[in-house]
Amino acid sequence: MPVGIVGYGAYVPKYRIKAEEIAAVWGEDAEKIKSGLNVREKSVPSIDEDTATIAVTCARNALEQAKIDPSDIGAVYVGSESHPYAVKTTSSMVAEAIEATPVLMAADYQFACKAGTAAIQTVMGMVASKMIKYGVAIGADTSQGKPGDALEYTASAGGAAFIIGSENVLAILHDTYSYTTDTPDFWRREGAEFPSHGSRFTAEPAYFRHVLAAAKGLLEKNKMQPKDFKYVVFHQPNGKFPLNAAKKLGFTNEQVATGLLTPVIGNTYSGATPLGLAAVLDEANAGDKILAVSYGSGAGSDAFIIEVTKENEKRRNKKTVKSYINKKEYLNYSIYSKFKGKIKGVSLEK
Amino acid sequence: MTGKKVAIIGVGLTKFGELWEKSYRDLITEAGVKAIGDAGIDGKDVQEIFVGSMSPGLFAAQEHIGALVADYAGLAGIPATRVEAACASGGLALRQAYTSIISGTKDIVVAGGVEKMTDVPTGLAMTALMGAGDEEWEAFNGATFPALYALMARRHMLEYGTTIEQISMVSVKNHANAKHNEYAQFQFDVSLEDVLNSSRVADPLRLLHCSPISDGAAVVILASEKKAKEICDNPVWITASAMATDTLALSDRKSLTQTNSAILAAKDAYKQAGVTAKDIDFAEVHDCFAIAEILAIEALGFCKIGAGGKYTEDGHTKIGGEHAVNTSGGLKGKGHPVGTTGIAQAIEATFQLRGTAGKRQVKDAEIGLTHNVGGSGATAVIHVYRRD
Repeated sequence: MPVGIVGYGAYVPKYRIKAEEIAAVWGEDAEKIKSGLNVREKSVPSIDEDTATIAVTCARNALEQAKIDPSDIGAVYVGSESHPYAVKTTSSMVAEAIEATPVLMAADYQFACKAGTAAIQTVMGMVASKMIKYGVAIGADTSQGKPGDALEYTASAGGAAFIIGSENVLAILHDTYSYTTDTPDFWRREGAEFPSHGSRFTAEPAYFRHVLAAAKGLLEKNKMQPKDFKYVVFHQPNGKFPLNAAKKLGFTNEQVATGLLTPVIGNTYSGATPLGLAAVLDEANAGDKILAVSYGSGAGSDAFIIEVTKENEKRRNKKTVKSYINKKEYLNYSIYSKFKGKIKGVSLEK
Repeated sequence: MTGKKVAIIGVGLTKFGELWEKSYRDLITEAGVKAIGDAGIDGKDVQEIFVGSMSPGLFAAQEHIGALVADYAGLAGIPATRVEAACASGGLALRQAYTSIISGTKDIVVAGGVEKMTDVPTGLAMTALMGAGDEEWEAFNGATFPALYALMARRHMLEYGTTIEQISMVSVKNHANAKHNEYAQFQFDVSLEDVLNSSRVADPLRLLHCSPISDGAAVVILASEKKAKEICDNPVWITASAMATDTLALSDRKSLTQTNSAILAAKDAYKQAGVTAKDIDFAEVHDCFAIAEILAIEALGFCKIGAGGKYTEDGHTKIGGEHAVNTSGGLKGKGHPVGTTGIAQAIEATFQLRGTAGKRQVKDAEIGLTHNVGGSGATAVIHVYRRD
């Protein structure tokens, strides 16, 4: 059997904040922001949630579907730009929580919003080379946006985990292709609480250059065209960029729609492309082909060609992305500030 | 002034916009090479260079521009000077080059303008631009240029009944012209509704009343009358070069709605060229904000003081109107790399007088004018041009 996904799990915190609630605090026009970004509301992690808890939940959900022996897992890689610890690994916590310890490889990844897909590539290679039987790749974040910055309307929380192996795969990972340059469009220095960004520089020379190049490169390499795919998933820092990228490449809005989650949950950073892919797998049937293209600032894009097998319909994921999206509770800005640790003078150390 | 004339014998400019792949020196070198090619001269024919650049130190951490430009042009050795008068730096560079020739000391002189504004975050760009105002009396108190021009707009609306719709029509017209300019940053139309509904920047000014932050460079090659007649078959003659100043701070002026520097410079320019406002077929004016175009056409005498809104509404500033204004798209449509603008205006005048402006050509254009302003009007540089 070819290398592929044997189980996946998603998680999105249940709390939401609406663009109106944030706009009211900063005296901005919510309607303009909603139409400008194509984001209506975003997910907010609870006070006791962080990237580690999200990663663990995703991994457990993935195991539930994969029904494999956790001791067969030979590697766990977690990609995030909000690992709870600067030093100490998230992946070891996940491995312990899913009882995959102690004989396994583990490490944390960081490549802005594409750390999760970088983890998928690593595990793909390890399974293909038979270094391991199964590996877990996770993208998860509780991303930060400076209060009052445009990012505050989008920076949200969520993640998805993929167990990759070569038996009973529910989706085949046919090929992957990356496009990487040193492009400083968005960054957070060591010790800085919030990231900085190059505002308009984050679009054409950053997101679009890398996403389009990776997508085109992979399609050309495999002699495929947009019409060969039922679904396409792009990194989604807002609701507009992926639609523009789709248009530029010749994909339709219908191909993008299933995996486009930002309008209702915001940008889950390292979780964004993995969650979009999970949402597509929730609905896809045997034979459907998926193109997934992530983007990480700094900058790079990872593109994947994925084909769904009959196994996906046999073992449908019960904890769908949609179920997490629909389960929600709205916060006002005060409680949101508390949950996000934005209130000064209060110790919210986790 | 003496009876001698100065000609524009070659022009070159880069596209304006967010030119992420090009550096400060790439831009000016590209424009310079194009201008030398257009003039059909050799680099070694150039005797002196003047470059207008407003704030390369803050925008690109680069000073010592004169030598840099000469060096990258492969012309190290000749005199090269950077001149600065905020957003009128380009116009001033043109005036310095003009003066160098009219004084009889040089025969072929380059005037350039360059600005690379998009390598810094917006906040730093705003700080750099505010250097054109009065740091102690304006910037320290929180004023920015959108705020200062908003004050002028409000006062114009109060004193003369100018409407926000009339002000907005400036942006609509300039975008319509920019659509036909291959060098413009915004080659598309905006409707009156688009302008009125765009985000508020400094009330009553909306986003689409404001010129953008841009990268770009422009270069013109000037020659003495004698030299031009020898080597150029399509010279455009500069028949006037005038400059005037006003108080640095807006608050020190008797009127918020009259730009005295431009009024003075226009008077001088018309006298030098032996023309009146009526004779001007087209003008490139400094519409850093839409209200500024209304102030400009009043200062130039195209209409009475206070009547600029109505004059715009009546279509007199459109191509085909009494005075076509900002056929290039102006700062709003074409883009506004601040130090470059004055030279880019001279290039549009050259295109119009050569008859090569394509879909935005003013029919039978004989006499053109450029109006380049620094800050809120503390400097105005005006040139008049005539067809051969």
